[in-house]
Amino acid sequence: MASALINVPKKAKRGEIIEIKTLMSHIMETGYRRTASGEIIPRDIITSFACRYNGVEIFRADLFPAIAANPFMTFFTVATESGKFDFEWIGDRGFSETASASILVE
Amino acid sequence: MRFARVIAVAALLIGAGIAVSSLSANEIPQGERRSGYDFMTPDTQAIQNDDTANPGMLWVLDGEALWKSKTGAAGRSCADCHEDARAGMKGVAARYPAFDKTLGRPVNLEQRINLCRVQHQQTTALAYESRDLLALTALVAQQSRGDAIEAGADPQLEPFVAKGRELFMRRQGQLNLGCANCHDDNWDKRLAGSAITQGHPTGYPLYRLEWQSLGSLQRRMRACMTGVRAQAYDYGAPELVELELYLMSRAQGMPMDSPAVRP
Amino acid sequence: MRKQRNSTRRQFLGLAGGAAALSAVPIVTVRPADATPAMLAAAIRNVVGEAAVRPGKVKLDVPPLVENGNTVPMTVNVLSPMTSEDYVKSIHVFNEKNPQPNVGNFYLGPRAGRAQVSTRIRLADSQKVVAIARLSDDSFWSASVDIVVTLAACTEEVI
Repeated sequence: MASALINVPKKAKRGEIIEIKTLMSHIMETGYRRTASGEIIPRDIITSFACRYNGVEIFRADLFPAIAANPFMTFFTVATESGKFDFEWIGDRGFSETASASILVE
Repeated sequence: MRFARVIAVAALLIGAGIAVSSLSANEIPQGERRSGYDFMTPDTQAIQNDDTANPGMLWVLDGEALWKSKTGAAGRSCADCHEDARAGMKGVAARYPAFDKTLGRPVNLEQRINLCRVQHQQTTALAYESRDLLALTALVAQQSRGDAIEAGADPQLEPFVAKGRELFMRRQGQLNLGCANCHDDNWDKRLAGSAITQGHPTGYPLYRLEWQSLGSLQRRMRACMTGVRAQAYDYGAPELVELELYLMSRAQGMPMDSPAVRP
Repeated sequence: MRKQRNSTRRQFLGLAGGAAALSAVPIVTVRPADATPAMLAAAIRNVVGEAAVRPGKVKLDVPPLVENGNTVPMTVNVLSPMTSEDYVKSIHVFNEKNPQPNVGNFYLGPRAGRAQVSTRIRLADSQKVVAIARLSDDSFWSASVDIVVTLAACTEEVI
């Protein structure tokens, strides 16, 4: 079961710089670990994360195996207008998850 | 190779005075009890403090979904009997392990959940350390966050607390160490780079950075036993439940902080 | 060291440092992390090309002694007015001794308001972490920190 925890302020003033926090459930298997019999456990990571604010991309990240399991990412944006944040995580083995949060900008 | 390493460790521990200490450990005075949280660096504490940064909360989220899903021949969800977890489960985890009348012995939270599933939902028990069982346990335990631990107060549990205490004190494994040798006698020191805590299970199930996953107290205890090169008890073994019971009663009065984050 | 079977970094450090690296038979072992200052330089060059990278403007916040190398909190902050004329385009984080030199690339823009990103990273060993910021004028600025990573006292079987 994939699940995400998003923290976006519900309200903000126009022009205010807000912090967005995201936490996504994912094992982020590095591809460098081996089983007892010596076989490599194949890589399985989230490779890309993007955030759109009313459809416009405001943040994007490339993730590598060095990002810890259950990737946590925080970033900032200027609150310009009320609307929706859409978050997308894409990774190995066709991993694709989305989440969204609304904001009221006054 | 392994033998050389064991010798190196034994030499280190003898140097630390652990191996030659007497069998009777010094119990920690009530006033000096400190939660595992206290032993962490501020950066790790910060991960626990924020519910949107604490990876343990991902399991709580899953638990909320499971709580409401109907299952089994009875087609019942946890919510059908216990209503909203937030209200119905407040304070519950702080009382576990608790005495089960039918079995005549203590059961821990995981076993209680499975008993409910089998008896009342008429479905299968969840495997220990499975994601679903951890999620439900995390959800229930989180409802006791901030509550003082009460486990072990029931007089019926007295013989089991005593057994747990005995297990805690007993030396075991190739390294011949008892839990008390580290967690009663040397909690103000370090083992290699890691702080030795007092071993109070205030935050279980918790997200352990070493596991990069949420895990139960039994998983942690089994890992410690493996660490002293003893054969760990199986999940659900009465010895592990008795140890859990003793540890919780040893931490009576301390507030719970599940789901905690620990290194 | 490499001639030994099942040679792992944990065993090497346990013997060399006399650390109490108690170990059951590891069911999951870590591949020896190669020291890769050359890979680090190549990875940086991939991003930066032939441009000069100047130290400054970037603040890399990582605890100098980490509690556990699996999950290391990291915050990168770049001093920038973040206006439409003068902003941070991207931040690239690298490491020195993990099997792979890249950690993450973060793409910002003038709408960010503040050029600051936090995440949690994995560090296989004590090493240098480098953050390079690309500004809107395509200049590159960097900061680096040296982190000490100790292994957990007792390794354990996987569940």
